[in-house]
Amino acid sequence: MTPDLLPLSQVSDALAARTLSPEALLEASLSRIRSLDGKVHAFLRLTSDEASAAAKASGQRRAAGKALGPLDGIPIALKDIFCMSGVETTCGSKILRGYVPPYDATVVRKLKQAGAVIVGKLNMDEFAMGSSTENSAFGPTMNPWDLARTPGGSSGGSAAAVAARMVPGAFGTDTGGSIRQPAALVGCAGLKPTYGRVSRYGVIAFASSLDQVGPFAQDVRGVALLLAAVAGFDENDQTSSTRPVPDYAKALDLGTRGLRIGVPREYFGEGLAPEVEKAVRGGIEKLRGLGCEIREISLPNSPHAIATYYLVATAEASSNLARYDGVRYGHRAQATQLLEMYERTRAEGFGAEVKRRIMLGTYALSAGYYDAYYLKAQKVRTLIRRDFDRAFESVDAVLSPTSPTTAFRLGEKMDDPLAMYLNDVYTVPANLAGLPGISVPCGFDSRRLPIGLQLIGRPFDEETLLRVAHAVEPAGHPLPPLVEGR
Amino acid sequence: MPLADFEPVIGLEVHAQLLTRSKIFCGCSTRFGAAPNTHVCPVCLGLPGALPALNRAAVEMAIKAGKAFGCAIAEKSIWARKNYFYPDLPKGYQISQYELPVCKGGAVPVPGLRSIALERIHLEEDAGKNIHAEGGSEVDLNRSGVPLIEIVGKPDLRSAEEASEYLKALRLSLIYLGVNDGNLEEGSFRCDANVSVRRKGETKLGTRVELKNINSFRFVRQAIEHEIGRQVELIEKGGKVVLETRLFDNEKGVTRAMRSKEEANDYRYFPEPDLQPLLVSQEWVRSVAVPPLPQEVMDALIAAGVSPADARTIVNDPLLVDVHRRVGGDPRRAALFVVGELARAVNDREADLAALKFDPALVREVWSLQDSGAISSTAAKDVLAELIRTGEPPSRIVERKGLAQVSDSSALESVVDAVLARNPSEVERYKGGKANLLGFFVGQAMKELKGKGNPGALNALFKKKLGS
Repeated sequence: MTPDLLPLSQVSDALAARTLSPEALLEASLSRIRSLDGKVHAFLRLTSDEASAAAKASGQRRAAGKALGPLDGIPIALKDIFCMSGVETTCGSKILRGYVPPYDATVVRKLKQAGAVIVGKLNMDEFAMGSSTENSAFGPTMNPWDLARTPGGSSGGSAAAVAARMVPGAFGTDTGGSIRQPAALVGCAGLKPTYGRVSRYGVIAFASSLDQVGPFAQDVRGVALLLAAVAGFDENDQTSSTRPVPDYAKALDLGTRGLRIGVPREYFGEGLAPEVEKAVRGGIEKLRGLGCEIREISLPNSPHAIATYYLVATAEASSNLARYDGVRYGHRAQATQLLEMYERTRAEGFGAEVKRRIMLGTYALSAGYYDAYYLKAQKVRTLIRRDFDRAFESVDAVLSPTSPTTAFRLGEKMDDPLAMYLNDVYTVPANLAGLPGISVPCGFDSRRLPIGLQLIGRPFDEETLLRVAHAVEPAGHPLPPLVEGR
Repeated sequence: MPLADFEPVIGLEVHAQLLTRSKIFCGCSTRFGAAPNTHVCPVCLGLPGALPALNRAAVEMAIKAGKAFGCAIAEKSIWARKNYFYPDLPKGYQISQYELPVCKGGAVPVPGLRSIALERIHLEEDAGKNIHAEGGSEVDLNRSGVPLIEIVGKPDLRSAEEASEYLKALRLSLIYLGVNDGNLEEGSFRCDANVSVRRKGETKLGTRVELKNINSFRFVRQAIEHEIGRQVELIEKGGKVVLETRLFDNEKGVTRAMRSKEEANDYRYFPEPDLQPLLVSQEWVRSVAVPPLPQEVMDALIAAGVSPADARTIVNDPLLVDVHRRVGGDPRRAALFVVGELARAVNDREADLAALKFDPALVREVWSLQDSGAISSTAAKDVLAELIRTGEPPSRIVERKGLAQVSDSSALESVVDAVLARNPSEVERYKGGKANLLGFFVGQAMKELKGKGNPGALNALFKKKLGS
């Protein structure tokens, strides 16, 4: 296997051992993107010039023995939700086509400081609203395991790029499962950190109290390295935490013996594909064999999570997306009157799902409905969080499927928003509770489509999640046929 | 007269820009008058991905105002989004406070009236400004994100006059506190009025109308008076006041319907998820120093012997209070200087209170010269005027203008003797009982001395020589 096909942590080791140069690595990455992305459509645009300059600078640092850290020289791609100075950032929306931010998101700044080589911006559901990347205004992304299927979403471009080995690592955001679900559907690891662990500054907002930035990589160790580079307090995001950032990669060496794993019965019910359940149960047995104690638990309010989520998330979104009014940036419709300009700009600029959610959220916040919808949802949210608090008194992590099914076909759920929303049934509770969650591959179904297993942890206990995920992850990282077939 | 059968009920909502150096949620300057869109950044432009970061100096000023007016300062208050579309509102929502404001209750003392109770004071960000020009509108976002406190008064005012007095007292108090510059023209101090009327004796409130665009004390009075008249006339004719927002047309002096309740925005307030709740500890509240309010300063001046009229004149202008303090010495005499010579010079544009050319402490030097007889009281006025104008030390002014008066009796004696020798018949008549001739002798001597003789000393000397 050529070194650029290795999982991120091994690529990092190869760079450190200088058996691989950042320039050669970038060239391999760009060449794979060139050969595969016509089929996958993971990227919305490449930043080849900036990447070449960054790889060259990294090569000089590596040669001088002055590497900035384990990510120095590693090609990374970003969901098109991260603002990057001088680089068009659309959030998958027509309304932001041509918009070039004048500043870097904190995550982007930190990645640059870590020496990462940012190669481009990745496709996504418009404003991160969706579970299949089909809501992108720029066309869907295909799943590298089966090009007729979706890679999940909303960070489908990130997941697909990592699965197709276009880049060793990528970043996405997760508001209701948008990192974990696509990671599961393409067979890589994807982590949603605790709310407040990573700065949201410069990350285009969908639902502010739920959005969180997180990494994708083939391997859990790679995810740990990526998280360490971007986590930490940011004075520009007052919801970010001042807690010190631990050495996540080091935690992986602690093993899992004696850890108590909770298996919530509510997460193994109706709608769960039998093959998915079987693979997840296989993961549970693997952990039992490694000395974990498996406990059945109950999270009784989790079944209300989807309904709660679609009130809280849409309410916040209806406000967050008000700024796209055609006045200062982005798309502006031709009109002679102000109201007409607003209406037409937004009618032309937003896609159907975004409009649906803006309307839902506006309704939930309206005078006379606020108490029954938004306020009630916040109360249920508290109950969901309390279920987890109680569970974590007796277990160290909660284990469930990431998604009820494997990758579905493009177009399969586009006419049925509710069916689409139910993709996130197992992932949404962690967002509502602000807890860290990770999806790690645990097998394949009979169509050889990847299956993911989700672990949810205590607030700011990403270390335990990474330890358990590392124990579960497969020894090798199988290549999708698309990549093998070259 | 039907108007007399009705009682107006008025409550004011005041938006006051806080005098912080930077905006409330970003580091941009709050300075007024810069070229459009030069004090802006991703945060106050509402760019995608930008997040607010609270400026604690703004909170401190809100606490200061709250303490000064006796409000309860909330240990925990909540930021809220007020959602509406307008081109000067870059995020499509204003970050404000709704259910839990930083200050609750309290009252503003209004000199000569009474204390007017407050509902609340909350913090929020200002919007930008739409500039309407031929061929289109433009938006200046320099003001976007400038910190505001909104001071919501209870409906305790009963006339346009009371409303105007309350507004003046509130404005002055905020200036004293150093939290607002009280500039109505530049819009850093803005007022909306809620006006209703009810028949006298009625305890239930009438339907209120919100008046906007009343940004001068005169307009406040005019707008409220007009609105009271309009509502009374409407009711007298059997009509009903409708809940609405009306705009004051300051050229015609009338109010006009702007939007009714049905057309009113549903602001869809909800807690701002980008900011933590605002926590204000007891220690923080204790550490905020509150300077005295105008009423306290006035009471102190009157207690020190300053006349109530002079005290009021001084208190109404914080710059005069400052000069009065810096003059020092006898407060009454300092007050006379401030409302006398200084006010006159300001009137004549010989002085600018905001940029004095002189050290007020030097006024006391002029007083010493006068009190010791070195200069006459007339000369003292000249010296003060010159001091205000130029800032030159008083002794130098006296010297330069030759204002020193002759008080030394040996120098005066020869002049007195000469005057008496020249006027024997007047001396005779004086001795015969014409006592008012003393003035004639002093006048003659003054003439000889070119006005520089000390009148008191001359008087005494003539009396002595004439043996009376």
